[in-house]
Amino acid sequence: MREVQVSTITQAVKEMFMEANYVIGDDVMDKLAQARQKEPSPLGQMVLDQIMENNRIGAEDSLCVCQDTGMSVVYLTIGQDVHLTGGALEAAVNEGVRQAYTEGFLRKSIVAEPLFDRKNTGDNTPCVIHVRLVPGDKVHIMCIAKGFGSENMSQLKMLTPSDGVEGVKKFVLKVVEEAGPNPCPPLVVGVGIGGSFELSALMAKRATSLPLTRSHKDPRYKALEEELEQGINRLGIGPAGYGGQTTALKVHIVTAPTHIAGLPVAVNICCHVARHAERVL
Amino acid sequence: MKKVQLPLTEETIRGLKAGDQVLLSGTVLTGRDAAHKRLLALMDQGQELPINLAGQTIYYVGPAPARPGQAVGPAGPTSSYRMDKYTPPLLDLGLKGMIGKGRIGPETLKVMPAHGAVYFGAIGGSAVIISKSIKSARVVAYPDLGPEAIHEFVIEDFPAVVCVDAQGNNLYEEGPKLYKQDEL
Repeated sequence: MREVQVSTITQAVKEMFMEANYVIGDDVMDKLAQARQKEPSPLGQMVLDQIMENNRIGAEDSLCVCQDTGMSVVYLTIGQDVHLTGGALEAAVNEGVRQAYTEGFLRKSIVAEPLFDRKNTGDNTPCVIHVRLVPGDKVHIMCIAKGFGSENMSQLKMLTPSDGVEGVKKFVLKVVEEAGPNPCPPLVVGVGIGGSFELSALMAKRATSLPLTRSHKDPRYKALEEELEQGINRLGIGPAGYGGQTTALKVHIVTAPTHIAGLPVAVNICCHVARHAERVL
Repeated sequence: MKKVQLPLTEETIRGLKAGDQVLLSGTVLTGRDAAHKRLLALMDQGQELPINLAGQTIYYVGPAPARPGQAVGPAGPTSSYRMDKYTPPLLDLGLKGMIGKGRIGPETLKVMPAHGAVYFGAIGGSAVIISKSIKSARVVAYPDLGPEAIHEFVIEDFPAVVCVDAQGNNLYEEGPKLYKQDEL
């Protein structure tokens, strides 16, 4: 049994949300630079230049690159040989979020209740927490700051087995085309295929946080990721939706076993401000 | 790059074409979902609004907090389509310009030419660069809304693109048509 103080989780979560909001990963910056080389649209080139310059200044001056510093989503993968001490885990994670957003000059974007009062909680809590227990004695933390311009353009559909690969392709392209300029392209498109209704969505969200250099291990899904990326980039939406050939920086697929009657597909759209940070305690 | 002075004049608006890159200078009011909802509730009750919209431009934004010494924190645009329900009545009050990102809603689009109004796009996710063009900020209504309060920004060379001009030409329709390729 390894003891882990929940206060160390608070500190890690705080640092990770600040870092994620100020510093866009090298994987995203590299993809933006590659896209800039290939983008034929003059307005598209201008947009990509402005985005890259913005990200450079944000990282240098510790400023959030986007004012929508997102809803905080935390994936915790906890080894079952870990004993968490010193307080409640969820409270500790939320405390990390609260400290990051209040001390880090990040926008507080969470309302306590969704329909009637919509009153801002003032500290960006509560966050969304997903916990998994696995063998081992480590705590893996993935923090995602998810902006809602792109979250609002996400969709989920319960396809049937007969819809097959073509059905999946059609649905993903439809979601991106309907979203058009709204989610701030170029995008990272997370696709969850299989599982149940809710698992497909969780996989799609997790997919948006994978390194852009990663591809699915199964060559068939890798080929599908590439085909979807090409298909999306042929839609013509382009950077900021002004027209161009850079609409998706990457399509990530995450899969899970599913029911004999089902083919759930969730598409979680993430803007080019793909903010996440990962740590193992 | 065209320099554009705000508040907009009819002559300035006539000279703007969808796809033009512009640098905006002058004053804008800010507002997003919650502030728009309150303005419309007041109009429904026949009450006076806390701001005069005649000739004005609204920037759809909820800035991040300013660090010491900054006029405003990072302040990029939010999605414009969410303001669709609220915007036609504001155009009736003389609103001339909107700044946001993404499609403007269908109801707004329909009535914009009759009002001679123009829609500018700012680049989503470039909040730091945009904030450098905001020279001062003060809250003019609804301080309790925090980042959603109505601010008056004095801006200088704010980078934007004309997305829908007063003739109804729409960059979000025309731009992608130029680059759309057939399915593989």
